[in-house]
Amino acid sequence: MLSRTADHLYWMSRYTERAENLARMLDVNCRMTLLRQEEDVVRRRWTSTLTTVGQLEPFLAAHGVVTQASAIDWISFERSNPGSIDQCLDRARDNAHAVRGTLTSETWETLNATWLEIRRFKRDTVSSQAPGDFFEWVKFRSHLARGVIQGTMLQDDALEFTLLGTYLERADNTARILDARFEFLAPEAAKSDDAGDYYEWSALLRSVSAFEIYRKVYRDLITPRRVAELLILREAMPRSLRHCMSRVQQTLVKVANSRSAETLRRAGEIHAGLQYGRIEDALEEGLRSYLSSFLERTSDLGARIARDFLVSEATS
Amino acid sequence: MATAPLFNEMHADDATVRPHYSPYAEWLAETPGERILEKRAEADTLFRRAGITFAVYGDETGTERLIPFDIVPRIIPADEWSGLQRGLRQRVTALNAFLHDVYHDQDILKAGKIPAEQVLCNVQYRPEMQGLNLPMDVYAHIAGIDLVRAGAGEYYVLEDNLRVPSGVSYMLEDRKAMMRLFPELFARYSVAPVEHYPDLLLETLRAVAPGGVRDPTVVLLTPGAHNSAYFEHAFLAQQMGIELVEGQDLFVDDEIVYMRTTQGPQRVDVIYRRIDDDFLDPLAFRPDSMLGVPGLLAAYRAGRVAISNAVGTGIADDKSTYPFVPEMIRFYLGEEPILANVPTWILRKPEDLAYVLDHLGELVVKEVHGAGGYGMLIGPRASRTEIEAFRARIVADPARYIAQPTLALSACPTFVESGLAPRHVDLRPFVLSGRDIVMVPGGLTRVALREGSLVVNSSQGGGTKDTWVLAC
Repeated sequence: MLSRTADHLYWMSRYTERAENLARMLDVNCRMTLLRQEEDVVRRRWTSTLTTVGQLEPFLAAHGVVTQASAIDWISFERSNPGSIDQCLDRARDNAHAVRGTLTSETWETLNATWLEIRRFKRDTVSSQAPGDFFEWVKFRSHLARGVIQGTMLQDDALEFTLLGTYLERADNTARILDARFEFLAPEAAKSDDAGDYYEWSALLRSVSAFEIYRKVYRDLITPRRVAELLILREAMPRSLRHCMSRVQQTLVKVANSRSAETLRRAGEIHAGLQYGRIEDALEEGLRSYLSSFLERTSDLGARIARDFLVSEATS
Repeated sequence: MATAPLFNEMHADDATVRPHYSPYAEWLAETPGERILEKRAEADTLFRRAGITFAVYGDETGTERLIPFDIVPRIIPADEWSGLQRGLRQRVTALNAFLHDVYHDQDILKAGKIPAEQVLCNVQYRPEMQGLNLPMDVYAHIAGIDLVRAGAGEYYVLEDNLRVPSGVSYMLEDRKAMMRLFPELFARYSVAPVEHYPDLLLETLRAVAPGGVRDPTVVLLTPGAHNSAYFEHAFLAQQMGIELVEGQDLFVDDEIVYMRTTQGPQRVDVIYRRIDDDFLDPLAFRPDSMLGVPGLLAAYRAGRVAISNAVGTGIADDKSTYPFVPEMIRFYLGEEPILANVPTWILRKPEDLAYVLDHLGELVVKEVHGAGGYGMLIGPRASRTEIEAFRARIVADPARYIAQPTLALSACPTFVESGLAPRHVDLRPFVLSGRDIVMVPGGLTRVALREGSLVVNSSQGGGTKDTWVLAC
């Protein structure tokens, strides 16, 4: 397939996945705020979220002070913020538009309808009164997009590059969500295996749809150590780092070309580390340093994928 | 402005519905008004959701405009279509013969049937094409011939579109929408199908591949997602199952064209291009073009790739060439034209010029290289001052102009704010020339939605209708 087409498909699904994870992050924050409404806690929570998504500086430049409503508005709708949900959906749709001929009409229509429908949300109402409906809607549209892609698209390279974008983005996002939560709670919390603030940990689980899964897998108290284990090392957990990297590796095997051997090797190396790794070792290293090293390696992988498949050089 | 009696496609007079429209008129009488309103709204949703739009440039909110779709079909009886079809086949055959001739021996110029300097000095004449042999001697593989009906209902060819004619996707989408919205109407009528157009197009494109290529790779070359006709480019590529490429996706190495794929370079044999000659190859034409492929023309001239339509077809659909098409038919085919031209005064001829200058108030004067309604005088609509200003321009350079009578285009009932009302229509059939000449029955009917307007262009408030050729 055309390199440019692969590039658009890959970014279409990355932006769709990113919008979903932003909504998840915002949703969990809003729920937590209902429990602890002290002003400085609320401010610290949203500051941490803005940092996680890499938007604290531009936000402060535009707003000065962090409030819940302004942070929700900024991450959800701000057009001048290229990382907002609105802009992610916009770019997902732009990328889909550029390759609409490669997508099934159902896939294109789903992404196009999402882009049309976001306009029916009233910015002010969402951020100050009922953000939950909006976040639910974003998640639902992302589920729908993924479902329609998997349910209708031919299982060829076009689908593989679409999946590659989804899983690489999800790996990145899960790592960031975890990182932010561990930063917000006591840095040493995970090590001590202290049940700590039950609501904080259950909120984290809910933000990645893992609360019920946790119950099913562990049938026990929620502890930070197990939360980390579930979201990092569990193959069967669809949003875990291991699951995502396993899918990334499988996809890279399928689309391999004459230049991509080293990229595949690196993906395999990351995956093997997760497959055979122990949570104790990660905690020993320090979870935050473990996660930032993971983020560096996935970002390197993203750059290599772009070079091997998506932007081809003049005559090679 | 129309002073001649108007030909109505549906009604012979106030009291009489033409026979081929009577099942429709009965259906209309039986169907409650609210249901029709509902269906109109549903049509709007269908088109918007599918993104059947054209881009509006520079719109901050990212709005894309829908091409208005009218739910009243334009119906053509079978015998009427078979006459049109013979005429179209004849005309396109002659136009292709003309293109082959002007780029080879130029017999028609030597015979004095068309002034040689008018052809050879025209910017649309591409010297690069001189002496180049194309598969089956075909140049315009895809032709969109605009037909109008006037006065008592006789058809005229208004213009030939032989460069990158567009609109066929609307023809196909209109039919899809009509079948979905009004299945019961298709039970009352036996409508000739059009859905196989993409198959015919692909077959035509494969047929014109360079000699010796057994299983040619065909691509569609688009200027990109921001082009107003992008929907159609993506639609056709998808329907034919071929790659939709931009200039940046292609490169030429040793006179062979390749596309860049995730598995490395892949050879391309046929390019269905939807960009103009000028932008095809910055090395051969406009050096500032970012849309084309450097070296493409050299590969084309070496016979390593087919370009469809061929380079240089503009010389045959130029307005200065148009008046000579009936003469081409006689010259190349030895036949009388089946489809009439709109009578045209050629202002480079002194006697035509004299007549036109005396009758400016009733004629339409067009610039020969103009398009899209620019550089045009509509006599009956123009003020005294405008006419005098235009007169001065004509006198200064008569060869730049042609003139035609203002035609009263036929009208077809159309849903507008106030209900059902007649609006002017034209018809663009798409004629494909490869191994054979083929076309699907009908074409794209465009309708001028503003009362009295004759402008059917989508950029100026035009809409479309489904066109039904009845299978007798």
